[in-house]
Amino acid sequence: MNCKKIFNKFLSKNPFVLFILLIVSLFTSISCVSTNPQSTFDTYGPVAQSQLVLFYWILAAAIFVFTAMTIILIYTVYKFRRKSGDLIPEQIHGNTKLEIAWTIVPCIILAIIAVPTIFTIFDNTNSPDTSSNSVTVDVYAHQWFWEFKYDDPNNETEKITVANEMHIPVGKVININLYSDDVIHSFWVPKLAGKVDLMPGNNNKMWLQADKEGEYLGQCAEFCGVAHALMKFRVIAESQENYDKWLSDQSKEAIVSIEPQALEGKEIFESREAGCWSCHTIRGSARSKGKTGPDLTHIGSRSHIAAGVVENTQQNMAKWIENPNSIKPGTLMATNGQVYTDPDKKLTGPEVSALVAYLRTLK
Amino acid sequence: MTTFALPIPKRPTHPTGILNWITTIDHKKIGVLYGVTAFILFLTGGIEALLIRMQLAAPGMDFVSPEIYNQLFTMHGTTMIFLAIMPMGAAFFNYLIPLQIGARDVAFPRLNAFSYWTFLAGAIMLKSSWFLGGAPNAGWFGYAPITEIAYNPGHGIDFWILSLQVLGIASLAAAFNFIVTIINLRAPGMTLMRLPVFTWMTLITSILLVLAFPVITVALIELMFDRFYGMNFFNPVRGGNPVLWQHLFWVFGHPEVYILILPAMGLVSEIIPTFSKKPLFGYPVVIFSGIVIGFMGWMVWSHHMFTVGLGAVANSIFAITTMLIAVPTGVKIFNWIATMWKGSIDFNKTAMLYSIGFIFLFIIGGLSGVMHSSAASDAQQQDTYFIVAHIHYVLFGGAIMALLGGVYFYFPKITGKLMDESLGKINFWLTFIGMNLTFFPMHFSGMDGMPRRIYTYTSEMGWDLWNLISTFGVFIMGAGILIFVLNIVYSYLRGKESGNDPWDARTIEWAIPSPTPEYNFKKIPLIHSVDAFWEFKRNGTPIEPASGASENSEDEKNIHLPQPSYWPMVVSIGIMLAAYGMIFGLPISILGTIIGFIGVYAWSLEPVNEPEQH
Amino acid sequence: MKTENIKHEENEHSYTGLNSKKLLMWAFLGSDCMFFAALIATYLVNMGNNPPGTPFPEDVFSIPITTVSTFVLLMSSMSMVLSYASLSQNKIKAFRVWLLSTVILGATFVGFQIFEFYEFSHHEVKVECGDLIDASKREKLTDLQVKIGDEKCIEGVKKVSEKVPLTPQVNLFGSTFFTLTGFHGGHVTFGIIWLLSLLIYSFKGNVSPLNLDLAALYWHFVDVVWIVIFTVVYLFGVFPGY
Repeated sequence: MNCKKIFNKFLSKNPFVLFILLIVSLFTSISCVSTNPQSTFDTYGPVAQSQLVLFYWILAAAIFVFTAMTIILIYTVYKFRRKSGDLIPEQIHGNTKLEIAWTIVPCIILAIIAVPTIFTIFDNTNSPDTSSNSVTVDVYAHQWFWEFKYDDPNNETEKITVANEMHIPVGKVININLYSDDVIHSFWVPKLAGKVDLMPGNNNKMWLQADKEGEYLGQCAEFCGVAHALMKFRVIAESQENYDKWLSDQSKEAIVSIEPQALEGKEIFESREAGCWSCHTIRGSARSKGKTGPDLTHIGSRSHIAAGVVENTQQNMAKWIENPNSIKPGTLMATNGQVYTDPDKKLTGPEVSALVAYLRTLK
Repeated sequence: MTTFALPIPKRPTHPTGILNWITTIDHKKIGVLYGVTAFILFLTGGIEALLIRMQLAAPGMDFVSPEIYNQLFTMHGTTMIFLAIMPMGAAFFNYLIPLQIGARDVAFPRLNAFSYWTFLAGAIMLKSSWFLGGAPNAGWFGYAPITEIAYNPGHGIDFWILSLQVLGIASLAAAFNFIVTIINLRAPGMTLMRLPVFTWMTLITSILLVLAFPVITVALIELMFDRFYGMNFFNPVRGGNPVLWQHLFWVFGHPEVYILILPAMGLVSEIIPTFSKKPLFGYPVVIFSGIVIGFMGWMVWSHHMFTVGLGAVANSIFAITTMLIAVPTGVKIFNWIATMWKGSIDFNKTAMLYSIGFIFLFIIGGLSGVMHSSAASDAQQQDTYFIVAHIHYVLFGGAIMALLGGVYFYFPKITGKLMDESLGKINFWLTFIGMNLTFFPMHFSGMDGMPRRIYTYTSEMGWDLWNLISTFGVFIMGAGILIFVLNIVYSYLRGKESGNDPWDARTIEWAIPSPTPEYNFKKIPLIHSVDAFWEFKRNGTPIEPASGASENSEDEKNIHLPQPSYWPMVVSIGIMLAAYGMIFGLPISILGTIIGFIGVYAWSLEPVNEPEQH
Repeated sequence: MKTENIKHEENEHSYTGLNSKKLLMWAFLGSDCMFFAALIATYLVNMGNNPPGTPFPEDVFSIPITTVSTFVLLMSSMSMVLSYASLSQNKIKAFRVWLLSTVILGATFVGFQIFEFYEFSHHEVKVECGDLIDASKREKLTDLQVKIGDEKCIEGVKKVSEKVPLTPQVNLFGSTFFTLTGFHGGHVTFGIIWLLSLLIYSFKGNVSPLNLDLAALYWHFVDVVWIVIFTVVYLFGVFPGY
């Protein structure tokens, strides 16, 4: 076979070429199969899709250029390697036609990638649908958690605030306003859309859309301090009915449980000694109206806690409340909460259990 | 007029040993000082990188704490850019420029010594932050407002700001010096279009430095005023604008990238023709594309900010300019390949291996750069490991590879001894393979959604394999660098005598003895062509002494050289103390300022040469 | 020995024939251009971001006073030229007189600036309460005057005045203004010290035209920068229509 001949003749002598071919094929093959939770190759929305198409387009051009140049480079080095008895080669100083050629050819290749680039930039910046059919979500990033605010369907002046889990209806344009009150963060759900930064003082806009139901992982992509690595969130795309039901559930005030341990937990939560209320809001509670921490009105309904770091189980919740640093080092709850800074006010085991019981009733 | 009675100590005449190195204003010794210091700092930056990779070797590692991790990556970036690659470039500028243009020294030898000592002061200051309450921890581009006092109350950022200011003074002083040297001190006949390419790239780099550094100086001053005096430049609560920091930083930062890579390109343009025994293909084009890169480097800075929300129009414009800057870069690569074409390529020399490795890796780094230029698809790559891969392909695969090759190439000129080629080949292949193993998988982990600057990740994300390979690769790369150190030590002690011109090279620095005598050229030569030494060897075009150059003399004892001086170092110490005082109290600053003033005073009044020389 | 040195530095080998020190000075000025460009850019970017209720440029600037100080600085450039001309004609006395007057004019400018800084940080805002009611006159008041007037003008009061200091901390305008003009003032002060040391040196040894030329280059540059600052900061600040 011809291929085999080439292999025997050329490639086997040049592990270098083999190495390059290996890398190129590895890149293409692996890139096509990756379905990891944050893979940009596994897209489920038009924005991420257009970015991926553009990426492949450029990648193809890049692989073409790379292969061509590498072959030329290796051929040159191999063909003109010094042999014994070499004379002094001809002293060539240049060639104007060649210089012009290799200035123009890259320009043409660049034009090929520039045109789709610009179209995609404009498509992805300008939302295709700002009518009432679309959904608007205000995203607020904090050190180190996310807040999502939805328009309340029942009350136009109010916003429904949820934390770290963003539900969206499938197949609809979601217009997102991005705000930050502290440092710069970046909103990134690789499978749905490329990232846009949240700049304090300048709010940004973006849009995305999920074409398939499912849970999509996102993560802060701009370094924002100690717990930057643990500032995750989830986008849950669901059918319109499920989304409407979820939204109406979230718009309700917190459930008041009659379970004694939960009631005890509520008391601790709102007590002067613990002071949880000063940072967290629980709608329906007379006292808990703090704004610095995430809204906990329906924390029991979330699948994860601590900005998507651990699953929302009884054990994890207890561990989190007892020692937040063990789950998320550097978290501001441990830095500022008086139960963590003042050894006299440290929560006891039963108190933690009661708080967990209370929070878990907040479905 | 009593002030004039103050005694200025005589210039140190012929001290030996350590005093010689401290007071030297000989560009060659300063070059060696720069090189050795930068290489040691490069090793410290490498150790920081090693610790980062250890932490990321597997998911959920607890090798270092997140606070330390943040300090590690900040220090790694700052060290490699400001304390390793830039001064390694400066080492070559210092050693080579006067030799390549046929001069006795740089235009302002004492200013040159001052540059080195101030650089060292800045380096000590930055590195000392590890021991004085914590290193900076906001990334090497320190995006406000995370560098503001409200989010970063420790002294780390203060160290970062102040040491970068000190390093800025050093870089500016050096850049002024080299601009004047290259324009004014050329040997007779050495027109601009006869300058060696490395000298040309140094000139462009120096001009970039002169224009870019003031911008970051202003940004750092503003940040410093915010932190120290409660001003509002980058404080969004009071209307300040964090985006402004990014603009100022990258208006400096992008030319800075070319400041790092152009000297490397210059070195490669010297090495490839030598080992191909052919002149550089398209010499004027290579130089012109260098100028174009330097010029266009000012029009692309916002491609670092594609996700900041500048709008579709701005992003499109900067996408186009960024793509265009790939053209002159590509032209250079074509010209290097064309130089080798039909040549007689000596593939057995480590310097040449490094240069070919440079071209190969720079193609990869350049192409991933073009990928980023597409703002829309960059939205997925920005701030991920894909960017980390790109920056390392251009800065390690590009700058460091070329600089290491440059060391192999010029070691004989500096020491008179050849570096060991077998060790050199092991060194090259380990570094090359380790570098690819470390950084190539980062393309995958980045496209798989791994953001940069995270200290931990979970197994479910699917990044385990790539990170493990990267960590494995970094050890191979480390082994390669270790062999480089061994080779330097071994060759310095036991290396073979090299003679003047071991590589059959082309430019005039190879016409003089190795190691280079203190006065460089016994007679300032008259230059007739680009590759003057080659022309002399092949065509017999003589390198004759320039007529009328009064300094020329048959007797080397009559060559007047500027004498050593204490004062550059004194001024640098003053600057360092003044900077430390900003953190540790006004008295130290005042002391530093006084020392600095004494130094400047003595500097300006000490005689140019000792009178008894006449 | 001194004269020898001077000879040495002027006969220095130079490819272009330009003096190396002069070339260094030009490179430095190029660099300094970027320094002020970045500061002015900061000022321009931040112009619109001032929180309301704090002093704005139109509240504090007094164009006539600054025009005088600008004129003084421009005159110092002229006397600098005369000083250099005298030195190159070897008229040492005239050279000293003009150099001294340059120093004095420069110092006057710095004095104006210190006065201005002092004034701004003790700034007083006056409001004629009657103007607040008259819509056409109200338009001409600055926001700060309107704000103070609305708060303080109660029935029967004709005039109010309040101290509203402009400090580097109070708002962005303060931060950018003091940083920009402060660095310029620092440049002028450095120039004054330089010229003074040349003046003293002229009694002790010989000042070569080259030495004076370097200082003069610097001095003219600093003047030109001030023209830009005066236009961009002062004039644009007070007449926002431009």
